[in-house]
Amino acid sequence: MSKKLLLTYDHIPGINTLEVYRQNNGYKSLEKALKTMKPDDIVEEVKKSGLRGRGGAGFPTGMKWSFLAKPEGVPRHLVCNADESEPGTFKDRYLMERIPHLLIEGMIVSSYALGANTSYIYVRGEYFYIIKILQNAIKEAYAAGLLGKNILGSGYDLDLYVQPGGGAYICGEETALLESLEGKRGNPRLKPPFPAVAGLWGRPTVVNNVETIAAVVPIVNGGGDEYAKIGIGKSTGTKLISASGHINKPGVYEIELGVPVEEFIYSDEYCGGIRNGKKLKAVVAGGSSVPILPTELILKTAKGEPRLMSYESLSDGGFATGTMLGSGGFIAMDEDTSIVKNLFTFARFYHHESCGQCSPCREGTGWMEKILKKFIDGKATMSDIDLLWDVQSKIEGKTICPLGEAAAWPVAAAIRHFRHEFEEYVKNPQSIHDVKHYFRLNNLVEA
Amino acid sequence: MTTTTEIKFSDSAQQQVQEILNQYPADKSKSALLPLLHLAQAEFDGWLSAPVMDYVASILNIQPIEVYEVASFYSMFNLKPVGKYLIEVCQTSSCWMNGSEDIVRYLERTIQAETGQISPDGMFQIKTVECLGSCGTAPMFQIGDKFYENLTFEKIDTILDDLRKENKRSRYV
Ligand SMILES: Cc1cc2nc3c(=O)[nH]c(=O)nc-3n(C[C@H](O)[C@H](O)[C@H](O)COP(=O)(O)O)c2cc1C
Ligand code: SF4
Ligand code: FES
Repeated sequence: MSKKLLLTYDHIPGINTLEVYRQNNGYKSLEKALKTMKPDDIVEEVKKSGLRGRGGAGFPTGMKWSFLAKPEGVPRHLVCNADESEPGTFKDRYLMERIPHLLIEGMIVSSYALGANTSYIYVRGEYFYIIKILQNAIKEAYAAGLLGKNILGSGYDLDLYVQPGGGAYICGEETALLESLEGKRGNPRLKPPFPAVAGLWGRPTVVNNVETIAAVVPIVNGGGDEYAKIGIGKSTGTKLISASGHINKPGVYEIELGVPVEEFIYSDEYCGGIRNGKKLKAVVAGGSSVPILPTELILKTAKGEPRLMSYESLSDGGFATGTMLGSGGFIAMDEDTSIVKNLFTFARFYHHESCGQCSPCREGTGWMEKILKKFIDGKATMSDIDLLWDVQSKIEGKTICPLGEAAAWPVAAAIRHFRHEFEEYVKNPQSIHDVKHYFRLNNLVEA
Repeated sequence: MTTTTEIKFSDSAQQQVQEILNQYPADKSKSALLPLLHLAQAEFDGWLSAPVMDYVASILNIQPIEVYEVASFYSMFNLKPVGKYLIEVCQTSSCWMNGSEDIVRYLERTIQAETGQISPDGMFQIKTVECLGSCGTAPMFQIGDKFYENLTFEKIDTILDDLRKENKRSRYV
């Protein structure tokens, strides 16, 4: 059985309401925190837990919290990143939809730990129905004295608001998010200064992912040391994985970090194997930005050891043979999938989402989409493969934010591991049309 | 609904404006811009005309250009009139793998309009969009604040029929 810390109660009817949530241990961590712990005690527990940010970068949360500047008389803020727009990722939506109070409880405890009295949850605008769910839950929490003035008689005050985005992947990048929350275009800021020093409205700010903040609840309840016992090595705790693509059971799974990838794909507890008895061809393990790996490399490392669902094991071998855990957006592709066409959907995405501030990203993403379109249209030549490689190699390290790299890595990995497929499209342009991209609707399409 | 001569939020929207403004420090009201643009789009026929954006600028006491540059940055804001129901079809990886191209083709045939065009009856418009966080229930589209997932052609027929009967502009807010 898998270890569950976040999705323990998600299937209980009515768990989205405060009443049922409280009947199932809800808001215990808040009582414990406000009645028995000082803010710094909580930061200490989070440090001990080894929790790493669940938004994609995996930065240790306790360390991030301890960087927060605390100048006298300047308000500080906690901002929850619920922008969730990385293709393949839908775990935060699931958590907020099913157990909104878990996020709110985490927000209150974390805000208390950071000394914030006004906090925001920035939700991607397309999730408007989620915003309504969160607003209802917040209203319930205010009515029960869990938000507002003098929470549970502790003297601690917190206001919590939900802010909608406007449809822009780049606003998931934390400084772009802050710009957007200030009512501006989502252009990432030059760093330093980091948000911990000058964030929202120039005030010290912590930005954390939904899942990161939710994980603070079990950490406070059970203690950081207990949390750190779960998982493997420096990958402590559990992780929500959004699984999609050609698998039998797509959905959101909470795994204990360290589960073998093979078990995750084939066991009935998780993905339940590849649909229609097909073979697995490739996996994008951590959302669209991370390198794609062919079956051999996703199941086993270059050394032949079983690959595990953990930060370290997935990145074993660097980009030559490894990938990244990223946001946990796990996309599995069967043997009939066109890697080139899938890559084209990513390239189109990044071109659409580049904010346009840096020329290597703005121009590079456009070029990559254009060159890949030539492959799709059967018009590419062998030199286009080299050109594509060249363009992607000129982006990394030359941009303000990591979106440029996120756009380049998938292209590099596809050429690295599936060059033969690009070559096949050049030699035999018809072949891209022979690939069956879809299976569910395939039989229904008329000529 | 409002005519072009007088652009003004309804009473209930005015109340929402106040609630939104209360979420920020008094001198940081520009933060209300995105929420107000969503509200304006919902109030004024699903898109943001220049006069509507000017109206929002006047509420926040900022320059109209500050509103235009933001409205044009974010993909959810429509700067041109749209069909009564805007069908936003995800076309990214997982949806593509599960047939989103067929979904678009089927929709185009059913509403008799190509992607981007308003259907002859003014009811529908297809917009292709990027990943909407429904990859596990692909293929999908969004209409207003509603997600329609695990789509099949039969399901699409039912959805469109129901919307024709409902005949109320789709909105997020
Ligand atoms: C282009 C881009 C998009 C991002 N999108 C998200 C996102 O949707 N959600 C998220 O939590 N973090 C996202 N991040 C990471 C954030 O910048 C930031 O690292 C994160 O919110 C920190 O929270 P964590 O430490 O709890 O993970 C994105 C980063 C980049 C460069
Ligand atoms: S890398 Fe791309 S998205 Fe990031 S700031 Fe530069 S242009 Fe904008
Ligand atoms: S790829 Fe379509 S919702 Fe994510």
